[in-house]
Amino acid sequence: MDMQSFRKTYFEECHERLQEIETLLLSLESGDYQDEHLHAIFRAVHSIKGGAGAFGCDHIVSFAHIFETVLDSVRDHRLALDPELMEVLVTSSDVLAAIVGAAEQDQILTETFDAKAKADLSQYMDGAEHAPLPAAQASSSDAKKGTSRTYTIVFKPHSRLYEKANEPLLLLRELGGLGEMILSVNVDALPDLSAMDAVGGYLSWTITLTTTHHKDAITEVFEFVLDDCDLTITETDRTVAGEMKPTPPLDASPAIETGEAKVSSIRVDLDKIDRLVNMVGELVITHAMLSQQAEKLARDGYPHLARGIEELSTHTRELQDHVMAIRAQPVRMAFARIPRLVRDVSKDVSKQIKLIMTGEETEVDKTVIENLADPLTHLIRNAIDHGIEDAETRKAAGKPAEGTISLSAGHRSGRILIEIRDDGAGLNTKKIAEKAKERGLIENPDLMSPDELHQLIFNPGFSTAEQISNISGRGVGMDVVKRNIQSIGGKVYVKSEAGVGARFVLSLPLTLAVMDGMIVRVGSQKLILPISNILESLRPRRQDISTITEGGEVLDLRDHYIPLLRLNRLFNIPARYDEPWQGLVLIVESEQTTFALFVDELVGKQQVVIKSLEENYDPVEGISSATILGDGSVALILDPASLYDLHTKQGDSLAFAA
Amino acid sequence: MSKTVLAVDDSKTMRDMVSFALTEAGFAVTTADDGAHGLKVAQEGTFDVIITDINMPNMDGITLIGHLRGLSQYQSTPILILTTESEQGKRDQGKNAGATGWIVKPFNPEKLIQVVNKVAA
Repeated sequence: MDMQSFRKTYFEECHERLQEIETLLLSLESGDYQDEHLHAIFRAVHSIKGGAGAFGCDHIVSFAHIFETVLDSVRDHRLALDPELMEVLVTSSDVLAAIVGAAEQDQILTETFDAKAKADLSQYMDGAEHAPLPAAQASSSDAKKGTSRTYTIVFKPHSRLYEKANEPLLLLRELGGLGEMILSVNVDALPDLSAMDAVGGYLSWTITLTTTHHKDAITEVFEFVLDDCDLTITETDRTVAGEMKPTPPLDASPAIETGEAKVSSIRVDLDKIDRLVNMVGELVITHAMLSQQAEKLARDGYPHLARGIEELSTHTRELQDHVMAIRAQPVRMAFARIPRLVRDVSKDVSKQIKLIMTGEETEVDKTVIENLADPLTHLIRNAIDHGIEDAETRKAAGKPAEGTISLSAGHRSGRILIEIRDDGAGLNTKKIAEKAKERGLIENPDLMSPDELHQLIFNPGFSTAEQISNISGRGVGMDVVKRNIQSIGGKVYVKSEAGVGARFVLSLPLTLAVMDGMIVRVGSQKLILPISNILESLRPRRQDISTITEGGEVLDLRDHYIPLLRLNRLFNIPARYDEPWQGLVLIVESEQTTFALFVDELVGKQQVVIKSLEENYDPVEGISSATILGDGSVALILDPASLYDLHTKQGDSLAFAA
Repeated sequence: MSKTVLAVDDSKTMRDMVSFALTEAGFAVTTADDGAHGLKVAQEGTFDVIITDINMPNMDGITLIGHLRGLSQYQSTPILILTTESEQGKRDQGKNAGATGWIVKPFNPEKLIQVVNKVAA
């Protein structure tokens, strides 16, 4: 059997435990002292150690052991948890994480890697247990071949032995496995049947055993019952008895008990859930088809059919909600790292920051959560570095020296809103206006409201010189935040008030399996555009469209020239209208740019179930996926970013051909 | 009919290993992820052997054993505790609470099967 097959599970579990340790340590540090926190941290470290032994990860075992020993003293109140020790524990959890990480990658760390942390921890140890006890010794039942000895064993179980569900017959059978055995049972102590206690220890045995095994092997048979019986083992001519008393308890700490109820759970492969989500998607589509057909029939005298379809609709929707809920996880998973981040960054920039988190229970799709970590980290870093002023400035402005950042999550009209709010100075509207003008993003800042100006910070390459610092000026700007959020179908915007603070709001879809789409028509084709990418739609005037020699067609959008893409030409579809001023253009925001997209007309907004093209067909440029509409027809979902790439390529080849 | 085993451990790694090893050896294994859950599962079914970890949230193994021994159906069911070598004290506590025997971590599957067979026939 291959223990390595459990390695993956073990390390996954380690990461969960490490996260838990970190979260709990931070709770303790922030003053939320609870004994149960310490117990939970101890258990987590203990559990990491327990598994490590099975996989031969000795480094983890040795470090976790010291860590655990100190934690044990703290939870038993033999050690006071002062700030200094707190720091040691936080560092140790980092070191443990590094060791676990290295073991997972099969990297060998130098002996000195954890020397400092070990030394720090050792200061807190009472000297009783500096090194882990050696792993279980090889079974002492190893036969010592050759010499055959004969033992006489007298075994008299107490009633306690039976109470603990030990069974003398099993022990005797095991003993028989060691060699030749002659057995006699002594029934003298048996009382009358009427006086007999079912679990009374009335019987005793005398055994003559001839074996090549050592006496230890015999003792081991009775390992579990030594305290609950009289046992003498006599070798042929020597008597060796009563040596098997177990050592007295070293650890008499009371049992831990909590009243907390826990929801029982099972782990399921994500694949299985995705398959389920897919099937429900199919069901939704089938239902839509059925109900369209049934509408007509129902009118023609099949009232029960209408009711049936109605019920099917309710159940389908409910089923869909429940299945989506399986993939949903509390945003706590994404929020969990934030306290640590705030702690570290605020230390780096010497600011006092209080973090308030609310709504961590809010549930959202797992994929959304996974893609939330980077944007959140960036926004929080920004808030600490640029948002919150230093203590002096704050005091001068009549604010408390300690800055506050609040992170909250909640549901609003079928989406999840995540808000990062700080009580700092707010965005510097003037500087943004200057910068935007300098970069040619806008012409006249005076024509724009402060709110409009603020949104400019999400433009690619927008970063005021003052914003560069080693905390957040890492070459990624707010445009990356925006792109990340957009890639999971979300939107981000900022509200800021000078002197009061800034508020970033992320609006995210609850699931990635269903999307709000805008159905557009080009000729006979219906195509779908994600609503989150559409800024507006309009019918341009003839004079708004012009052609630039190298850049192709552009649309003049309120004195801004943006590229014009003709959907009919991109996909070679015969359209109803030839010119944009006859049809409609959508202003579409993609990851790199904003462009205008010419279509015949808008058909309407609809929630669509996303079907992967790669899985069902082949990737197609300009198309992200497909869906099935209520009438059963397949509609392709456009991908704005690759649509623009396609446009650029076609332009190049046309220019080349010319 | 194969013997039924309930394995209670808050570590998925341990649950998986115990479950895999014993299933291979022909036992029918059910798992629970903490003491309270274990007690619930035990009450809802019948098991020939129960294996439990000591350090767990929501009721540790020692308390679980106490509760199980208080139930008529588990008065004579073998209960094994999973302990590490350094937990001699816990082992004794477990015994006092009514544990039949113990398995020392880290264990190998052969040892685990051997111990379970030892108490469960």
